[in-house]
Amino acid sequence: MTRAAETRAEPTLVVKGLKTHFFTEAGVVKSVDGVDLTVDRGEILGLVGESGSGKSVTGFSLLGLIDPPGRIVEGSIRLSGEELTTAAPKRLRELRGNRIAMIFQDPMMTLNPVLKIETQMVETLQAHIKIGHAEARARARDALGRVGIPSPEERLDAYPHQFSGGMRQRVAIAIALLHQPDLIVADEPTTALDVTIQAQILAEVQTLCRETGTALIWITHDLAIISGLADRVAVMYAGRIVETGAIADVVAHPRHPYTHGLIGSVPSRNRRGERLTQIPGMTPSFLSLPPGCAFAPRCARADEACGLLPELSDGPHLVRCFHPMDRGEPA
Amino acid sequence: MTAPRKTAENATRVPVISAHGIGMTFLKKQPGRIETWLRALGAPLAEPQGVRALDDVSIEVMKGEVVGLVGESGCGKSTLGRIIAGIMPPTAGSLRFMGKEQAEMSPLERYRAKVAIQMIFQDPFASLNPRKRVAEIIGEAPLVHGIVDKAGLSAYVDEIMLKCGIDPAYKQRFPHQFSGGQRQRIGIARALAVKPQFLVCDESVAALDVSIQAQVINLFMDLRRDLDLTYLFISHDLGVVEHIADRVVIMYLGRVVETAPTEELFANPRHPYTQALLANMPRISTGKQAFGSIKGEIPSPLNPPTGCHFHPRCPFATDRCRSERPALRALGPHASAACHLAEESAR
Repeated sequence: MTRAAETRAEPTLVVKGLKTHFFTEAGVVKSVDGVDLTVDRGEILGLVGESGSGKSVTGFSLLGLIDPPGRIVEGSIRLSGEELTTAAPKRLRELRGNRIAMIFQDPMMTLNPVLKIETQMVETLQAHIKIGHAEARARARDALGRVGIPSPEERLDAYPHQFSGGMRQRVAIAIALLHQPDLIVADEPTTALDVTIQAQILAEVQTLCRETGTALIWITHDLAIISGLADRVAVMYAGRIVETGAIADVVAHPRHPYTHGLIGSVPSRNRRGERLTQIPGMTPSFLSLPPGCAFAPRCARADEACGLLPELSDGPHLVRCFHPMDRGEPA
Repeated sequence: MTAPRKTAENATRVPVISAHGIGMTFLKKQPGRIETWLRALGAPLAEPQGVRALDDVSIEVMKGEVVGLVGESGCGKSTLGRIIAGIMPPTAGSLRFMGKEQAEMSPLERYRAKVAIQMIFQDPFASLNPRKRVAEIIGEAPLVHGIVDKAGLSAYVDEIMLKCGIDPAYKQRFPHQFSGGQRQRIGIARALAVKPQFLVCDESVAALDVSIQAQVINLFMDLRRDLDLTYLFISHDLGVVEHIADRVVIMYLGRVVETAPTEELFANPRHPYTQALLANMPRISTGKQAFGSIKGEIPSPLNPPTGCHFHPRCPFATDRCRSERPALRALGPHASAACHLAEESAR
């Protein structure tokens, strides 16, 4: 392979050994403790975990949005070949909203309530490229149309409170898409929405990623959404990725006992009326993690070996476990 | 664990709750004294403006049955739950408990009915008094209602806590010292402490993580078996309802659009809205799902569409749907739907 072909083949995002720690009075909270991720062009990666697994902090770290007492202490984040952890704040500001964008859970918090949608979208455009107002407005209108907002021309002059929750989230997605970024990080963007509205947004996101080649990281607690949406999945537990692979493979043959338990807990997966497989105990606090495998205290397969930290295995379907489940075992 | 499963058929056919033609209108502003007085005299005043949260809703819950009430935000499912739990009175319609009209009950009967119906709320953080210890939260109501005396209270609280999977050693703790799942168990223990027959669960597992949600759903099913409870299980999550309910009631914009036994509803949804809900429900599968088969948004209940409320989003809507309200009609032995088209094709 020639050098040129090699650089072109570099994935949109390569994260290696990312560690984001929060230095609190009660101790060091290792919210992200050695996370590796790669996302290719146009690929949708699902980042799944329960509350307190570090999935959102991972997302914030990618955009350099970690505030003290938190800090990225180790690791590298490469966006289309450019290192972000050592980038100057000015350079990060140029990239955010332009090459990398984020969609948050609550669109009411991300949209400015006292500015028209037009102002907010034109501002985003003019922050990164030299563009006249009329042209910027036209591009904003197109972006609104693309995410399925009816009569975008009129809606540009509306304020956020005049939109419903689903429409507001569409506006947030349209703003994220304005510069056709390389990567969008979406943090639970449909959790607050109704089933039919969520489905509409998922459908639009799927099409847009396919058309524009934008890579997407979809952070959620809901494995069911990921199984219908994503290409690959990474399962997080207590700040580390415990399993990652192609979505169909992970869902059909989960290898980590936690993933296995998580899939078993979803009601629609079980026969009606039968007991749900439950994972005993609860997500541990970051301040009192066991020294080895963080899942060991809740795991039926744990033994003395689990007192040490297992490494992620090799191959396309990676698992961080000393006693992974065999492919033959039913999910 | 394979206990024989109760179905709607072998549950005793006594409705614990039967609500008929329930309507609930929240007025934009409360009428003043003069307006009320003029109305009482029969003055021809304009209808007061308001939100019709519930419009002619009828529902029955048989003894031992679990009824799942499903709908999107703003469809009135929580309002109906609160009316059934006796938290607020409806503006129209009648409510019967164990076959007896509430308006005709003696004060003692009404009091007993209220204690027999308990509610479990969504947010385990907001529904517990942060200044009270767990023992007080659970023990207050049974003491007031004379279910236990002071001497037996401690042992009684221990028993209820054990039943709900909380270690009685923690009874002197405050709610903030517990995790979300444990708090929800405290909320359940508080409701069970007065020995209710009927539980209204309003999105009681929605705020919990998946693995914790599974624990609480299992607890609900164990309690049902052990205490012979009847549930109205309100949720927006079809997966949870499919798992736990015997019968499902689907609501849309203040009206019931379909009701059927769970298996039948999921196998053969009759109303286009139910079909859309099922198609768009995220399921764990190994293939990609085609989302977004339904367009548009839920209209505002302040200004609902004419005819069938679903017609602006319905792919099959006809002129009749736009003008005439479909009634909820029986379309099978246990199933009914409010749709002109489903009715015609059933004929």
